[in-house]
Amino acid sequence: MKMLLAMACALLLANPVLAKDAAPLAEDPVVEARLVKISTELRCLVCQNESLAGSQAELAQDLRREVRDLIKQGNTDQQVKDFLVSRYGEFVLYRPQLKPSTWLLWGGPFVLLIVGLAVLVSYLRRRSRLIGETPLSEAEKQRAEVLLKGDQA
Amino acid sequence: MNRFLLPLGIFIVLVGFLAVGLTLNPREVPSPLVGKSAPDFKVPQLHDGAASFSPQEMAGKVWLLNVWASWCVSCREEHPVLNEFAKTGVAPLVGLNYKDKREDGIRWLARFGDPYLLSAFDLDGRVGINYGVYGVPETYVIDKAGVIRFKQIGPVTPAVLQTKIIPLVQELNK
Repeated sequence: MKMLLAMACALLLANPVLAKDAAPLAEDPVVEARLVKISTELRCLVCQNESLAGSQAELAQDLRREVRDLIKQGNTDQQVKDFLVSRYGEFVLYRPQLKPSTWLLWGGPFVLLIVGLAVLVSYLRRRSRLIGETPLSEAEKQRAEVLLKGDQA
Repeated sequence: MNRFLLPLGIFIVLVGFLAVGLTLNPREVPSPLVGKSAPDFKVPQLHDGAASFSPQEMAGKVWLLNVWASWCVSCREEHPVLNEFAKTGVAPLVGLNYKDKREDGIRWLARFGDPYLLSAFDLDGRVGINYGVYGVPETYVIDKAGVIRFKQIGPVTPAVLQTKIIPLVQELNK
């Protein structure tokens, strides 16, 4: 029993030592906040559907370290992104820059919306032309009146 | 007849796009570094930690930089091709041992053959980041002025060597 107790105590003592092994989460909260902000908009090239912020790939960890260093050196967010684009290409940006080769990408949805609206308008116009004026005949009028009166009763 | 023509046309265009999309490899991201100067660096060599290597030492030569690691499976697949290439003496081949343990890298070369003039030792992957490395192995063809002319992502195959790299090196050496 004593032996067990001693072992339990030893385990308890060992715990704080283990806890120390965890790396500091954030050395500088401001830098870390900017790191997260920038890296959520950057693509991890190893697992392409993950952002740099969310990926545990080794390259992503290295790139986060690189971004952190660039921030600490006093680079603006744009300069950090420009650095990564100059190395890995525009593919790393989840939000592509607006330029001639991306006009279609940015404008495409609006073009489709306008095309859709034009089709809708022309369809509605054509349909309203098809529905001609057909006045009620005398017999139909009487029947309608009977129905309406019957409803009131 | 006419009312089917438009949807059919749209369908065919869509199928065309999808068919092309199927043949593309999403892992092949065009490198913005092709046509730009190779980023400079200075790191220790793999075999001799006291000696260093910088791309400036290769100025005036057309050379190949091959990024490899002992933990990289595709590198092993690629290695015999590089060994054969080194024998032809078409261009000097410099290795960049990427995020590896020194002893692992040395042992790997001893086991599978060393086609490299020398291997630079990029322990923390910073040189790799500067070269836009994201999938080892990667190979760069760098011209006499230090400009990157070609980048192969993934293993160099005999076909790539024969149709792209060797003709390009010969062209650049003229």
